Amino acid sequence: MSPREHLADALRQRCGLTGTHLGCEHGVCGACTVRVDGAAIRGCLMLAVQADGRQVRTIEGAGDDPVMQALQHAFVERNALQCGYCTGGFLLTAAELLELDPDPSREAIREYLSGNLCRCTGYQAIVDAVELAARRLRGQSGTDVALP
Amino acid sequence: MKPAPFAYVRAESFEHALDVLAEHGDDALVLAGGQSLVPMLNLRLVQPAVVLDINALHALSTIDTHAEGGLRLGALVRHREIAIHPVIATRAPLLRAAAPWIAHPAVRHRGTLGGSLALGDPAAEWPACAVALDATIRLASRARGERCVAASAFFQGLYQSDRRADELLVGCEFPRASDDSVFFFRELARRHGDYASVGLAVSARGRPGAWQDLRLVFFGVGDTPVSATACSAALIAGDAFADAQTRLEAELEPRADLWFSAPAKRHLAVQLLRDAWRDLGNPIGGT
Ligand SMILES: Cc1cc2nc3c(=O)[nH]c(=O)nc-3n(C[C@H](O)[C@H](O)[C@H](O)COP(=O)(O)OP(=O)(O)OC[C@H]3O[C@@H](n4cnc5c(N)ncnc54)[C@H](O)[C@@H]3O)c2cc1C
Ligand code: FES
Ligand code: FES
Repeated sequence: MSPREHLADALRQRCGLTGTHLGCEHGVCGACTVRVDGAAIRGCLMLAVQADGRQVRTIEGAGDDPVMQALQHAFVERNALQCGYCTGGFLLTAAELLELDPDPSREAIREYLSGNLCRCTGYQAIVDAVELAARRLRGQSGTDVALP
Repeated sequence: MKPAPFAYVRAESFEHALDVLAEHGDDALVLAGGQSLVPMLNLRLVQPAVVLDINALHALSTIDTHAEGGLRLGALVRHREIAIHPVIATRAPLLRAAAPWIAHPAVRHRGTLGGSLALGDPAAEWPACAVALDATIRLASRARGERCVAASAFFQGLYQSDRRADELLVGCEFPRASDDSVFFFRELARRHGDYASVGLAVSARGRPGAWQDLRLVFFGVGDTPVSATACSAALIAGDAFADAQTRLEAELEPRADLWFSAPAKRHLAVQLLRDAWRDLGNPIGGT
């Protein structure tokens, strides 16, 4: 493997894990988000050789996690995606947030997701979905949220 | 959007890192968090022959308090750690206040203090905080050993610093805050996590009517962090706020960026000064 290959390219092209997307390749959009040793990071800003010996989790490997499942359901219910290009990155970032803070304010959600860009959906629905997932994970009913 | 080829060297030890820099000088670039370097590589703004990855040098990741009560942070301390470490919150509240303004969580997980200081982006938070806190930057090279530079002398021009090509930035020392130290940090950005359009880091000792050592450091308004010394002298002397404001307007020479004209930046800087002065408990008067 060439050292100039970044982690997101290696995942896509060598491992066939194309759930990690590339938007800008300079750190701005968050489509390439993956978790390395637990931390959500930019896959386009880490060289693949730097991931040697570390645990890398992509959106493909996140599906059995209850936090991720709650987020996925809420994203669908709230129409928090359209083309889906950004969605893996949003889900992985939001999952990290909910692990750190099970009851984030809308402001905190917006701030945590500020490094992820979506060009279709609008952030309102995405923030709604994260809020809904958080509420459900805290064991509160999530069905009574009034639609805006 | 892919880097040009380079040789990748993982530093095995501090000595090894210095050797590589001594051998390659300008042709080698240090890879710390990679949150500025890798975008520059991807965009081919830089095409080094050697990329020297220092992430395995764990001795550079430490946060120490030293005998006189100051703080010594290694170059590899990540932005996120500064945001959450309890010692930082008590010993260097200005750093604690500034950390959440840097970029986004995923960038803060990787980005380092040393990388930010070495890069010296004029709109970045750490260079301004280092100047406001009168910090000392430590550098090491094979040829000259270790040397220390005051942050106020380190940043010399747009992305230009006192660091020579063969030097590794080792860390940064922040002097102890005294009991009467106070701080203020605020920035204006178009979107949370963007580089500041205009920002202000303040450190001072004393209280309203009796300030000493008032350091007002603006960022995003020049090629380096800008110390507003004339303005601060006026405020220490007890001049009217309006006079201090006039001094500030005269000593800032901001350049327009994509969104703000120079006069708009000057206006925003004055607003930040006003916020800071009020926040530190001073009357503004006349407004
Ligand atoms: C989307 C996005 C938004 C951002 N927003 C902000 C922001 O608001 N504020 C802000 O301050 N930063 C911002 N950054 C940049 C980020 O903070 C970087 O982490 C930081 O500028 C550089 O630190 P690094 O550790 O990533 O350094 P690297 O990217 O690894 O290196 C940067 C430069 O410094 C040199 N270098 C690094 N470490 C050393 C060392 N120890 N000795 C000698 N040379 C060294 C490198 O060779 C390179 O030239 C942003 C980045 C992104 C991608
Ligand atoms: S592709 Fe990595 S942040 Fe856009
Ligand atoms: S759903 Fe299309 S970019 Fe977000």
